[in-house]
Amino acid sequence: MDQQIPTKERRKAPVIAPGHTFGTITDQISSIVLTRPVSNGWLVGFGVSALVTMMLLYAVGYLFLRGVGIWGVNIPIGWGFAIVNFVWWIGIGHAGTLISAILLLLRQPWRNSINRFAEAMTLFAVSCAGLFPILHLGRPWLAYWLFPYPNSMNYWPQFRSPLVWDVFAVSTYFTISLVFWFIGLIPDLATLRDRAESRWAAMIYGILAMGWRGSARHWKRYDKAYLLLAGLATPLVLSVHTVVSFDFAVAIVPGWHTTIFPPYFVAGAIYSGFAMVLMLAIPIRKIYGLEDFITLRHLDNSAKVMLATGLIVAYGYAIEAFMGWYSGNHFDAFLLSNRLHGPYRFTYYALLFCNIVFPQLLWIRKWRIKPLRLFLVSGVVLVGMWLERFVIVVVSLHRDFLASSWGMYYPTKWDWMTYIGTIGFFLAAFFLFVRILPMISIFEMRTLLPEAEVKEAE
Amino acid sequence: MKHTPVYGLMAEFANPTDIVEAARRTHEAGYRKIDAYSPFPIEELAEAIGFHNDGVALITLVGGLIGMCAGYSLQYWIHAINYPINVGGRPLNSWPAFIVVTFEMTILFAGLSAVFGMLALNGLPMPYHPVFNVPRFVFATKDRFFLIIFSSDVKYDPVETRRFLESFSPRSISEVPS
Repeated sequence: MDQQIPTKERRKAPVIAPGHTFGTITDQISSIVLTRPVSNGWLVGFGVSALVTMMLLYAVGYLFLRGVGIWGVNIPIGWGFAIVNFVWWIGIGHAGTLISAILLLLRQPWRNSINRFAEAMTLFAVSCAGLFPILHLGRPWLAYWLFPYPNSMNYWPQFRSPLVWDVFAVSTYFTISLVFWFIGLIPDLATLRDRAESRWAAMIYGILAMGWRGSARHWKRYDKAYLLLAGLATPLVLSVHTVVSFDFAVAIVPGWHTTIFPPYFVAGAIYSGFAMVLMLAIPIRKIYGLEDFITLRHLDNSAKVMLATGLIVAYGYAIEAFMGWYSGNHFDAFLLSNRLHGPYRFTYYALLFCNIVFPQLLWIRKWRIKPLRLFLVSGVVLVGMWLERFVIVVVSLHRDFLASSWGMYYPTKWDWMTYIGTIGFFLAAFFLFVRILPMISIFEMRTLLPEAEVKEAE
Repeated sequence: MKHTPVYGLMAEFANPTDIVEAARRTHEAGYRKIDAYSPFPIEELAEAIGFHNDGVALITLVGGLIGMCAGYSLQYWIHAINYPINVGGRPLNSWPAFIVVTFEMTILFAGLSAVFGMLALNGLPMPYHPVFNVPRFVFATKDRFFLIIFSSDVKYDPVETRRFLESFSPRSISEVPS
C-alpha cells in the first residue's frame, strides 16, 4: 500500500498518529471521562463560565420584569443585538452539521475525530441562538404562540412570513442535530458503560446506551439510519441559514432585499463555524493530550475550509457593493455610501479587515498548522462575522428611505450582558460536555485504523 | 439429566478478518440463528451472517412523505379553510410560501422516523440481554469480536457446535446462560 501513496500525500500529517490499536484509542478517549481527575484548570474554567451564565440569567430575569425597553432597540432599529447574536450563533452551529453530515457523505474520514464535539458545539450554539428571538418577542412567555396549536382564540401563525419559517427551520434543525448527536453517542455510551469502574457511572451510561451490544444486524441498521440522517441534515443545514437570510431578504429594506443573501449567509455561517471549531479544538487537543487524534491535518483542512468560505463571503460583499452602484437605485447607492462614510463606518472597515484581509494569511502553510496563529485568525474571523451581522442588521436599519425616520442604535449594558452571558453558557455547557461524554467518537476512530479493514481470505 | 438452559455458544475473535471469515463459514455450514458483535460497524459482517434487508430506508421514506403531507395540509387548512384572509384577491393557497415549512416538516419526520425506526427494529432500548452474562463480553465494545450460535438453531448441538466453533481457533469459547 505504502508505495502507492504519492509523495505529496505522504508529506501531509496523518489523520491519526501511528501506533494506535482499538484498545489504546478506546482507553485514551474514555479515560478522559472515566478516570482523569478533575483539574483545577477545569474547575476555574467551568466556574468562571458558570458565573457568566448567572449574569445571563440576571439579564434575562430583568428583561422579563421590564421588557425590551432595557435594550438599546428603538424605532427604526427594532432588531438590535438580539438578531445580530441570533444569526451569529446559529451560523456557528452550522459547522458542526457540515462536519458531521456533509463531510460524512463526501467520505472525508478525517472528520471522525472532530465531529462529536463539533456536533455538541452545534447544539449549544443553536440553544444560545434560539434564546434571542424568544427574548426579543416582547412577551417571551407567549413564545408557544409561534407554533400552530388548536386554541380557543382560533388564532394561527402566518405561514407566509419568513419569521414563522424560521421557527420551523430552527426547531427542526435543533431536533435533528440532537438526535444525530445522540445516535452517534450510543455505541460510545456502551463503551463507557463497559469501562466504568463506579457502579453509578455504569448505570447511568448503561441507561443512556439503551442496551447497545454491537450486533451486526444492529450495526447495519444503525449505519443506514446514520447515513440517512446525514443525507437529511445536509439540505437541512443549508436551508436553515437560507431561511435566516429570508428573514432579511424578503423585506424591502435596502441592504436586505437581495438575492445573494442565501448563499452568502450559508458560506458565512460555515466560515464562522469553522473558526469556532478551531477555537475549541486547539486548546482541547493541547489540554487533553489529543494531538494523536486531532492532528495538524485537521487544523490544516479546517483552515482551508475557512479560507474557501471566507472568499465566498468576500465575493458576497463585493456583489453587494457592486449592486449598490450598478443597480442605479438611489437607496442602494446610499446604503453603500452610508456603510463607508456613515456613523457606523468603523464597523464596516473592521469587518472588511477581520473577514477578508486578515484571514488571507491562511494562504501561508505556517499559519494553517501553527496552532497559536490559527487560533488568532479564528478569533479575528469570529469577531468579523459578528460585525458582519451588526452591519447587516443595524447599519441597514438605522437609515432607511426617509431621513426623518433615521436613528442611532447604542447597545446598553443589558445587551452586552445578554450577549456575553450566552458565551458563558456556551462555554459552561462545553466544559460539562468534555467531562461527561467522550468528545471524540471512539467507534468511528476505530474504523480509521488499518486493522479495521477486513482482509480478503486467500 | 438436568441442564441449566443455554442461550447459545459464543466464540471470541481478535480482529475483523477472523470474525467475518468465521461468520461466513458458520452461515455456509447451515446455521441460521446466529449473530455477531463488533466494536465498530463492519459492512461484511452483516452480509456474512446473512442479513441483508434492514428496512430503515423504507421507514424513513414513509416518515418523510407523512411529514411532507402533514406540513402542507396543515398550512393549506389554516390559510385556505379554517381562517382564510383575503388580501387584495391573492390566492389563499399560496403554495410557494408554504414550501419552506413543508420541507422542514419532511426533514423532521424523516429524520425522527430514521432514528426511532432504527431503534425499534433493533429492539432497543433493551437493558438486559443474555449475552451480557458472559464476562468477556465487555470487550465487545472495545477491541474484541464475538460470534454467537443461538441454542434455538435447529442445527445446534452442545457438543457438535462447540467443536465446530473450535475449528476457527477463536480466542475463547463461552457458553451463554439464558
